[in-house]
This record gives sequence, structure tokens and C-alpha cells, in this order.
Amino acid sequence: MLGLLNQWRRTFSHGLHPPEHKELTAKRPVVRLPFPEVLYVPLSQHTGAPAKPIVRPGQEVVRGEPIAEADGFVSVPMHAPATGRVRSFEAVPSPRGRLVRAIAIDVYPSSDQAVLYGAPQDIDAMSPAELILAVQESGVVGLGGAAFPTHVKLRVPEGKHIDTIIVNGCECEPYLTTDHRLMLEQPGAVLKGLAIIRKALGAERAIIGIEANKPDAVAALRSVIRPEDGVEVCVVESKYPQGAEKMLIKSLLNREVPAGGLPVEVGAAVFNVATLAQIGELLPIHQGLIERIMTVTGEGIERPGNYLVPLGTPIRDVLRFTGLREGNPRVIFGGPMMGPTIASWDTPVTKGVSGILVLPQAVPENNGSAIPCIKCGACVNACPIHLNPCFLGQLARKRRYDAMDRQYHLLDCFECGCCTYVCPAEIPLVQQFRVAKQIVRERKAQA
Amino acid sequence: MTAHGSILELQVSPHLHTKVNVSSIMLHVVYSIVPVCLFGVYQFGWSALALIVTTTLSCLLTERVVCWAAGKPSTLGDCSALITGLLLALTLPPGLPLWMGAVGGVVSIALGKALFGGIGFNLFNPALVGRAFLQAAFPVAITTWTPAGAPQRFTSFVPSTFAWPFSRPASVDAWIAAAGVDGFTGATPLSLQKFSHIGTDIGDLFLGTTAGSIGETSALLILVCGIFLIWQGLMDWRIPTAVLGTAFITSLAFYVLNPGIYPSPAFMMFSGGLMLGAIFMATDMVGSPVTPLGVWIYGAVIGLVTVVIRLKGGLPDGVMYAILLGNALTPLIDQWTQPRIFGQRKKQHV
Repeated sequence: MLGLLNQWRRTFSHGLHPPEHKELTAKRPVVRLPFPEVLYVPLSQHTGAPAKPIVRPGQEVVRGEPIAEADGFVSVPMHAPATGRVRSFEAVPSPRGRLVRAIAIDVYPSSDQAVLYGAPQDIDAMSPAELILAVQESGVVGLGGAAFPTHVKLRVPEGKHIDTIIVNGCECEPYLTTDHRLMLEQPGAVLKGLAIIRKALGAERAIIGIEANKPDAVAALRSVIRPEDGVEVCVVESKYPQGAEKMLIKSLLNREVPAGGLPVEVGAAVFNVATLAQIGELLPIHQGLIERIMTVTGEGIERPGNYLVPLGTPIRDVLRFTGLREGNPRVIFGGPMMGPTIASWDTPVTKGVSGILVLPQAVPENNGSAIPCIKCGACVNACPIHLNPCFLGQLARKRRYDAMDRQYHLLDCFECGCCTYVCPAEIPLVQQFRVAKQIVRERKAQA
Repeated sequence: MTAHGSILELQVSPHLHTKVNVSSIMLHVVYSIVPVCLFGVYQFGWSALALIVTTTLSCLLTERVVCWAAGKPSTLGDCSALITGLLLALTLPPGLPLWMGAVGGVVSIALGKALFGGIGFNLFNPALVGRAFLQAAFPVAITTWTPAGAPQRFTSFVPSTFAWPFSRPASVDAWIAAAGVDGFTGATPLSLQKFSHIGTDIGDLFLGTTAGSIGETSALLILVCGIFLIWQGLMDWRIPTAVLGTAFITSLAFYVLNPGIYPSPAFMMFSGGLMLGAIFMATDMVGSPVTPLGVWIYGAVIGLVTVVIRLKGGLPDGVMYAILLGNALTPLIDQWTQPRIFGQRKKQHV
């Protein structure tokens, strides 16, 4: 019965309603950030094999020119985000903290930074296979945060068929407003990208899912959809983590992606609105992904807003432009529920970074005198996967990782953080699960 | 930018946290119990107040001593010992000798909670452990009732209140006679029903103008306080619903079979400790299941056992033992009712 009710309200069960804080930036149009002096373009900005550089130090590059090529199928090329000269290959910190190889480019200050690279290509004449290749050449990856190469999702396994494309305009993470602004300012590009993807997949249906807190975005998209497009815009409940792939498929189609499985197994594929907008813009002119919209916000930012940032811009330069308040900052890449903090101001902006959030460092409330679990069940009622974080947490304390995996489905946790958010004893549940998952995976790899 | 240093402090997500914490939950529970305590004092007078203060102080002191003995920082701040003390008093007859109340407080915290490892680890509701101990140790004193609303309740204590430890408490007969109550020495509605087949007006039961434990008499007030907790999101509404629902259905079945012997479901719902137990005791988070299905089973077991003890057992009221039994079953219920996870395939053999 509850399932029916959820279906009618277009939502999934469990989840939570954290304060949104989107009012800081939701009304601010996207502003282009000036080019920094030096760009650091990491070769690994996506899931999969790092790109292989095809430039050498000292070489001049033009904005939009390929500077690294895909290394295999699950990989994408990189394009020069600005006109300038390749200085060197350097190790820079990635969002997750590890040092990665990057191409450092001295940006020509006097250049007008026009994109001279690329030429029109006839999208309509291309076959699905050619479209997949074209998407890979554009360097587009999932811009919602996962940074998984988009073209890989377009190659459907033998015997499977995707009947419905879901466009993810939920943006359920608090603070972030990039997708919101993008839907308002570039609804046409989203539709164009959707048409291309739809042709590549041969999907019958296309649904754009948007949370109820963005009625203006719903209206903007509806105003550009023609009846013959056959695209539906559906309003879903504003609830975290509505934008998670599995949750959105459940809300819109009432299909459950099998545990441990992929959306293709229920005939669906989910694409972020920003990903589609980039495909819609870049493919017809055969250009590569060189910049992205991101929300720079939080209590620590003087001028919060939505900015168009060249990829490879160190956050030091982003924050110089937006202003940073005094204090001990906590700098987060992405949203506050799932985003990692970064350790260095040198970390460059990469394809999957949807926002920079600067919050003050929280003072721990219970000075280390941790209260144990009181079995209130708040986590059980919050977990969107219907796991039992309460039991998992107790097992984690005893380091019984195998039991967590075998009896309590540890590996189905996708680390949304709902359990930690609601825990009144402030037990770092999802943090323990991350560690446990890693250990279980390593044990399985050894076995 | 160098003014901020070049290395940033790392934290792991999520970076937001709800404002609810254990202390705030417990504090709200205290707020919701206080009206019940006040009504008990209004009905039963100074003796009730003295007993509430005694059990509370006893629980707080025991908690502090246990922490000190274990070399741990004080856990008084989480307010759970305060709740145990208040709840224990609410389940006791108003004229119970204070020293017995103090013993009950020590047992509640020391045996009911600390022995298991403190808050979060206890199997049973600590207040009910204390009460069960008192019931076993002092069966007479804990079934000696005084009437509600006695005119002298704010001018004199019940004579048994200040009994010396291990001495025979003074008789309360004269005190009850002075209250001008007819016949039945202020017996509770449940004992009247069970042993004398005398019914009590449902309206009196609902409002709470009958004899009974300090906090159990007014079903109305307990319901209001419970609804406050549910509205605050601090109590699982499913547990009282399951307990009361099952108790209603079970007693209705008995009533329909033989209305001459068995009391009406309305009497069942509003008499004795059922309301207090369903709303304040059974919902103790630590002792109740966490799974969605488990919560319903747990509540149903408590409701069923309560009615069966009342109608078929030797005791007038069975709520306490029903809840303790429910607590004991909780780990098993949780084991058996693990929820189906999102996208789980049917019966996988590993």
C-alpha cells in the first residue's frame, strides 16, 4: 500500500529531507570565471583508464585542441581548456587526495580564447555506432559527479534493450544549483543532447525527472519541448537521495534495479542534465569538453554563485574570484552529503566536480565521549536501500566484515550518508561502511 | 590564500547532521513524563511526590556511582537515568515505603542497565527490571493501594511511606478510612474486576480518578503526552498502536465469547498500566526491535500477553511481564525480520 502511495507521489521509500541551502545561489545566473595563469589538466578525470598525452612540453595548444587521447574503450580524451603553451607534466592532487599526472598549461594572457578547433558534423546522418564514437571523442563523462564515461553507457550489452532514457534533473544534494541553472539557461541543449542519446540507444521513451523544488526548471524545459519530441517532464518529490540512479528509476518507472546490478537490467539508462547539455552543444560542432558549470557556495564564500570554470583551474584561483571568508574552512568537492573534502588549494577542477562547498569546520559536540547506539532505528528508516545500518554498525565495531557482507548486504550500500545524518548518537556509520566495503572487496580479490 | 595555510583539514562526508541527538531525545521524553508525574502528585499527594523524588535520586546516584566505579566519565548528561527514575515511580503504588523505592532505583540502574554495559546495551527496560524486583521482594507493599483524591493527601503522608527498612510498614487502613472511601480499601479497578467482579466507570478510568500506581491512572493524559512525542518524531507510533490494537482485539474476542465473565475492551484499554506501558515503556528504543515488521510483532506480543495474563493469569495486571517478555524476544524478532533490501533477488543461494 505504501508502495502505491509512493508511486502516486513519484518517490521512493525512506530517504530524508535535509535543509536545502539552495537559496544562496539558485537565483544567480551562470558567470564565466576568468582564465587562471596556469591550468593543470589531470589525465584521469573520469572512471576508467587515464588518457594518454599527445602533446609534449613546450608545445603550443589551441583552446579545444585534443591534448590526450583515450586509452581503450573505458577512457576519454582530454582537450585544451585554454590557448597557451604546455609547460610540463606535473603531479597534482585529485579530489580524492591521490596525486595524479596532469598537463600543466601556461595560459596566454593576451589570447582571446576563442575555440578555433572543431568543425560541424552531421549528427542526423550518423549511425548509433558512429554516435558512440563521437561521444567518446567529445570527452564527455557523467557530469553529475560520477564521471563515468558516457559513451560506455551507450553500448548496450548483447540481448539487452533500453526502452526508457531517464534524464536526471533532481540535484538532490543540498547547496548545489548547477543543474538547476543549466535547465533554466540551456533547456534547448539538454533536449538536443537527449535526442542524440536517444538515437544512439534506440529508446522508445524519454523522461526528465526534476525535484518539486525547481518548478521554474520544469516550466523552462516544458516550454521548449514540442509534442513531436515525445519527451515527458515528471516532477518527483524533493527528497535526498532522489538523484541516485536506482532511486530515480524507482520513482519514475517503479522498477527496482536488482541488487548489485545495473540500470540496463531493467531497461533504463540515466543521464544527468549537464551531461546531455554538453553532448547537445559539443557533438554538432565536433568539439571537446573544456569547461563546466559549478556551484561555489557555503558559509565560507563571499560571493556564492554558479560559475563556468575551465577544467584544470586550481581551486585557489576559483576562490580568489569568489572570495573566501576568514576562518578554518572545510573545502568540499560536490555536495555536503557525499562530497569529499580536499587537502590542498592546488586541487584542480575536473569534469566530475559539480560544486565547491566551503563550510566552517564543525566543532565536535560530544567531546569524544561517544554515546553508543540506542537502537532508535532512525537509520533503518532512512536507508533508501533498506539495509539495516544499525546492525551493520554493531558488526563494524566488532570488525565482523564477512558477516556484514553475507548477512546484511554491505556491498549494496552506495554511501549516500543518510544513516550518519540521522544518527542521534552521531555514530559515523557510513564512514565505517566505506572502510568495511574496501576490506571486503580486498578479501574477495585475494580469495 | 596563503593566509589560510596551504594544507586543509580533512573530514569525511556527510558534512551535514541532524540537530537531533540522544540527549535531546531523552530530554523530550522527560518533558512528556513530567505532566504524568504532576497529575500523579495531584491525585495521590505528598507521598507520591516523595516517592518520585526518591526513585529519581536513587537512579541518578546509582548511575553516577557506577560510572565512577567503572572509571568512565559521567553519563548523567544523557538523561536516561532520569527517565528510568521517573518511570519507575510511575509504576509504583503511591504509599510504597520510600526505602523500597530507593532499592528499586538501585536495581533498575545497576542490574537493569549497568550490568549489560550501560545505555544502549540493556536488554530490558531498566525501570521494569526494578519494578519486577520490587514485586518479587515486597509482594504485599507493592499491592497496597491508596485511593486517589483523598482529602488529607496534602496534609499528611500515607503512614507506610516512612517505614524503616526491613520493618513492617504501618497499616494504611486508618488513613484510607479517613479518606472516607467506601468498602474496598482503595483497590485498583483491575483487582476489583478480577477478584470481586466489580466494574469501574470507563469515564473515571479514562480521566484517571481511580486508585492505582502513581502514573498509570489517567489514560487521557498519557495519550496526550504520547501524541506529543509522536508529533516530535521521537517515538515510534507503531509500537503503542500495535500493543493497544492487539489488546483491544484480544479482549474483544474474550468479551464477545462471554460478556458475563470478561470485562469490555474499553475497560481493558484504559485500566491498569496498559496505557502507561504501551506509550512509555514498550517504546523504550533500546529494548524494542528496529526492523519495520519486527516492531509490529513486538507490539502484538505485548498486547496479547498482557490480556492473557489479566484474564487467565493469577495477577491482576500483566503489562510489566508482557513488556519484559517482549524485550527478551527483541533480538530474535530483529534477526527474523530483516527487511527485503532494494532490488533483492528472490532466494539467492550463496
